[in-house]
Amino acid sequence: MKKTLFDKIWDAHVVRSIPGGLDVFYIDRHLIHEVTSPQAFDELEARNLPLYNPAQIVATADHNVPTRNQHLPIQDQLSRFQVDKLTSNCEKYGVELFGLGHPNQGIVHVIGPELGITQPGMTIVCGDSHTSTHGAFGAIAFGIGTSQVAQVMATQCLLLSRPRKMRITVEGELRKGVTAKDLILYVIAKLGTGGATGYFVEYAGSAIRSLSMEGRMTVCNMSIEMGARGGMIAPDENTYTYLEGRPHAPQGERWEQALAYWNTLYTEEGAEFDAELHFEAADIAPMITYGTNPGMGIAINDTIPASVPASEAASFDKSLQYMGFARGESLLGKEVNYVFIGSCTNSRIEDLRQVAEYVKGKRKAGHVEAIIVPGSKQVELQAREEGLDKLLADAGFELREPGCSACLAMNEDKIPAGAYCVSTSNRNFEGRQGPGSRTLLASPLVAAITAVEGKIVDITQYLN
Amino acid sequence: MEKFEIIRTGAVPMPIENIDTDQIIPARFLKATSREGFGENLFRDWRYDSDGEPKTDFVLNSSRYKGQVLLAGKNFGCGSSREHAAWAIYDAGFRVVISSYFADIFRGNALNNGLLPLQVTDEVLQRLFALVEADPQTEFEVNLPEQELYLPASGERISFEIDPYKKECLIKGYDDIDFLVSQKEAITAYESTRAWTY
Ligand code: SF4
Repeated sequence: MKKTLFDKIWDAHVVRSIPGGLDVFYIDRHLIHEVTSPQAFDELEARNLPLYNPAQIVATADHNVPTRNQHLPIQDQLSRFQVDKLTSNCEKYGVELFGLGHPNQGIVHVIGPELGITQPGMTIVCGDSHTSTHGAFGAIAFGIGTSQVAQVMATQCLLLSRPRKMRITVEGELRKGVTAKDLILYVIAKLGTGGATGYFVEYAGSAIRSLSMEGRMTVCNMSIEMGARGGMIAPDENTYTYLEGRPHAPQGERWEQALAYWNTLYTEEGAEFDAELHFEAADIAPMITYGTNPGMGIAINDTIPASVPASEAASFDKSLQYMGFARGESLLGKEVNYVFIGSCTNSRIEDLRQVAEYVKGKRKAGHVEAIIVPGSKQVELQAREEGLDKLLADAGFELREPGCSACLAMNEDKIPAGAYCVSTSNRNFEGRQGPGSRTLLASPLVAAITAVEGKIVDITQYLN
Repeated sequence: MEKFEIIRTGAVPMPIENIDTDQIIPARFLKATSREGFGENLFRDWRYDSDGEPKTDFVLNSSRYKGQVLLAGKNFGCGSSREHAAWAIYDAGFRVVISSYFADIFRGNALNNGLLPLQVTDEVLQRLFALVEADPQTEFEVNLPEQELYLPASGERISFEIDPYKKECLIKGYDDIDFLVSQKEAITAYESTRAWTY
């Protein structure tokens, strides 16, 4: 039988299948952070279990760290305690940690690829739903709960049933001003937040192939927003060029052997999926969300739907009420108070370059607070080396230090109640960016233009 | 993990779709490093206003509905993988969540913590909401060994699916880690036969 990319990797990681349909599934890489790991370490301790193999785990502090003055002790006592706990657990169990102040520290899904830890054909897990990001390299990568974090720590394995497979093909060329973020927001708007529940998605087609690795990561990152377990893209020259020479990537002869294996990782012609969807790149416009789940997205110059199925009406109106919007309304001209450029969806160097290029020589609107939080120390350093920090500062943007920041508002970076924030992150849930905050998800380009104009505009008019 | 067999109890209805784990337990309450105490902040921002006063119109603050079943709209538990969501629901006294659809990670997290995600059809779910709305005292009997949701008032029996292995784990109070640790030999054997290793 013809095999899909997903099946090839899945099959290579089945330790054994147990009657009833579950597989003992082997995990190559385990990424951990301060928020979802402490209870897992406690569980090992309580059960008196050793850590199976510390060399397969990498840790970073990202979710709950300040984005200013990272060289100083963390002010918030609970946050400091949580980060210290990660440090002491890593020391105790011999786990490599990129903690605050380390030159490799950053958002877990940004540093994995950046350091070459993420590689094609791997199975990768992390106690964070956006682990799907790593699928951009042709890996099976997905988020897990803390009980599963403990399982992987103890055995390097999970007990899983094989998900169903979906292929999403996007053909053609993206229009000017349309980015990977718009592509995925468009797909999510078409499928809805539960549209891919139970599936693992492979993205294919010429529009996907022509994306940079950064763009592919943005797409795979948001797979979870339509309910998918994960998303993946077959590795190709782009992937190899990105990886070669990175600190954790194989070197020399190992690199050649790796390449030979990685070149076998693709979906064979005629392999079957449980669901197939096709989209045309030319149909995709710059997107923005208007509601409180990522499926509530429209083209930026479109209007909020005037009617929805009766069964969804109550939830839909509750959402619009929270956002302060009405059915059938256009978002154009709506004033925005905050612009947040960051998160594992869009905080890589390519994103910062795009923002800097647009705002160069311009100035943000007076009433807008514009915050840029780079995905990692490496991204921050590169931005400074390229002089992007100056361009951004001149335009009134504040470049912070790396972390999850206002993506989930666990630290002090919160959007105040009632305020509107155009955000390059991945979730617009009620209160996600702080109690009462109102989030509009968009691409870094839309975010940059919004910051300058101070309101939602038809960005196609602003591109020359 | 606590054992789960048969529960007879009332239900608390929340007819909202796509309830995400950020609503169940907002991120700012994830700073604790133990598993306890999250129930206090379950649905925090729906339950309390910005001054910390209970919102009287929220169902958890109403004395009308009581019970160990949370009845919720479609696509329950979407969003963040935080297991704290399952801990919070359990900690607040619930043992079952009934919905017509569960997000994958939430379903797994619930099962790993002795909380039963019970999936019914959209049509049944709407009927359950109507029943509870009409009579808040409506009793639900959740019978896991029989895989049956029984409504004593009408005598109706609704069967539900659950993975046989997971069912046994719930009934016996086991979790996956016990099983995986017992597979040690198979795991090391697998490692030694891999064609390509990272
Ligand atoms: S940036 Fe946001 S989505 Fe990404 S890992 Fe951090 S909290 Fe999760």
